[in-house]
Amino acid sequence: MVSTLNKVLFSSVASAVVSTSVLAADIVKIDGSSTVYPITEAVAEEFQKETGIKVTVGVSGTGGGFKKFCRGETVISNASRPIKAKEIAKCNEAGISFIEVPVAFDALTVVINKNNDWAKELTPAELKKAWGPDAQGKISNWNQIREGFPDQPLKLYGPGADSGTFDYFTEAIIEKSKSIRGDFTASEDDNVLVQGVAGDKGGMGYFGLAYYVENKDKINSVKIQNKDGKFINPSLETVMDGSYNPLSRPLFIYLNATKAAFDPKVKKFVEFFLNNAGKLSQEVGYVPFSKTEYEAINNHYKSLKTGTAFKDGPAIGLSVEEILKKATD
Amino acid sequence: MSKIIGHEDNLNAIRVLIKKHKKNDRIFSYIGLFVIGSLAIALLVLFLDLVIDGYPKMNLEFFSNFPSRKPEGAGILSAWVGSALVLIVTFFVAVPMGVASGIYLEEYAKKGWFADLIEINVANLAGVPSIIYGLLALGLFVYEFGLGQSILTAGLTLSLLMLPIVIVATREAIRAIPVHIREAAYAVGATKWQVTLHHVLQYAMGGVLTGIIIGMARAIGETAPVITIGALTFIAFLPPTPVTDVAPFINFAWLEAGFTVLPIQMFNWISRPEHAFHINAAATGAVIIILTLLMNGIAIKLRYSIRKKIKW
Repeated sequence: MVSTLNKVLFSSVASAVVSTSVLAADIVKIDGSSTVYPITEAVAEEFQKETGIKVTVGVSGTGGGFKKFCRGETVISNASRPIKAKEIAKCNEAGISFIEVPVAFDALTVVINKNNDWAKELTPAELKKAWGPDAQGKISNWNQIREGFPDQPLKLYGPGADSGTFDYFTEAIIEKSKSIRGDFTASEDDNVLVQGVAGDKGGMGYFGLAYYVENKDKINSVKIQNKDGKFINPSLETVMDGSYNPLSRPLFIYLNATKAAFDPKVKKFVEFFLNNAGKLSQEVGYVPFSKTEYEAINNHYKSLKTGTAFKDGPAIGLSVEEILKKATD
Repeated sequence: MSKIIGHEDNLNAIRVLIKKHKKNDRIFSYIGLFVIGSLAIALLVLFLDLVIDGYPKMNLEFFSNFPSRKPEGAGILSAWVGSALVLIVTFFVAVPMGVASGIYLEEYAKKGWFADLIEINVANLAGVPSIIYGLLALGLFVYEFGLGQSILTAGLTLSLLMLPIVIVATREAIRAIPVHIREAAYAVGATKWQVTLHHVLQYAMGGVLTGIIIGMARAIGETAPVITIGALTFIAFLPPTPVTDVAPFINFAWLEAGFTVLPIQMFNWISRPEHAFHINAAATGAVIIILTLLMNGIAIKLRYSIRKKIKW
């Protein structure tokens, strides 16, 4: 008896929530990272074509996106890095709980000039030597990075400090978030970095795989030594089988848990997203997860498990399974 | 005899002097020509570069398609509609306020510290970087007034940007009207308001319109404040139409709609990895420049034809 009453109560509350949210949010509002944007744009485009439900996507950056998300202005936030403790606190304050959903891989690609015939393979330690904060004002020539490298001035090109790409690179290579030398050419526009490296024999830079793939005729990628000691070129295959590490990173969307549970439009969108993320992310230059991984993500989402796997700060090289399993409020 | 020689000498000295001054004249005109010429060439090269790069996309479909992940099918429909609607709001806010302020300051305000204060502020506002207006609008319009990330907010923000231009242009135009026009009107018994409305504003209209259109041309290219207040990037539907087929035939729902504008669409495309998107960006850039040129052209034409009508 009590349980039926509970059921009735619950369903009426749920339907009340549904009807108000349908009125309030006729549009599925998304904002956040510019890196994740192409995937979300592709999904939104197809979803809108198929269902007629309106979707908007903004590009405020991962941090700007979380600000809006934790104020309840958006229902989904694109993120090229995990949510930070400060941002979690803001969300908690506003009573917003979230579900962390990895959607695809991006491979950070280290690139060099076409005429650079010596640095086709580098180790993370050598990258740290070139990019670390200790290198500032000291390491200015390729021959300082490895013995046997020629006498050629080293010119570095990298994303600016607001970028999630920058965060991940520093965490993976320098092992300290946001710690890097100050004397390199920074730009938020990756095409500018491509131009820089393409025009400078001693140039080295890093950015997402898609920018390298589109500019293969202008720049070369560098094989990076993985934890098994092998030198691996970034590609669809090496990222998917996990051999390209430590520079491949997961991209996320964060769902407003209440909306994901009760708003049928958001539910439909997320389901559509996860069913098509593999195909569409590959189409726009990212590396999809495997089928089983997407199934696991789908189950994770359906179980409405809230929280993040990165509560204790950044972590490098987690598998999708580990990310899902570790998620805690 | 010696007197005549002295006279001749004098004349020669003056001739030499004139010749020298004429030479300076010529040198300056060459410098001027060189400066303006190199500026014009730089602009022309940039513009042609955009047009050549973007030419393959300059077709009707580009204007009637929504943004897409596929560069070939991507268009600027939501962006140009967004820009147009934002400009409509900007126009209807900035023009009445700007012209009224200009008239007040020039015709009505008593000279004194208060007028000076306003004057300094207006001059200052014209020089404030646009991002500051964006931050102000984010705090004031979006959150304090609760207008959200809407067309209305963007229109109001850009009208702040445009306001000083309109005020200054209005004042300059009014100041150029000879005082005896006013005196003649007063002499036949016109009130101050009649003088302002029937004479001052009529004759100043050319200058005022120029200011308005130049202000609008500035507003159409603004990106920073529009991004700051939270304009969207992907939006593949249009706001509700301002005119409907049911009474009262006008609806204002579009004011609350989310939107994107041309410069944001361009910025998004230029930062994408695929080269095909860069062509789209070039085409969008060309569209923005053509719109700006058109607006400035209209401003010049209007000023010319209105001035021709004035008989004094």
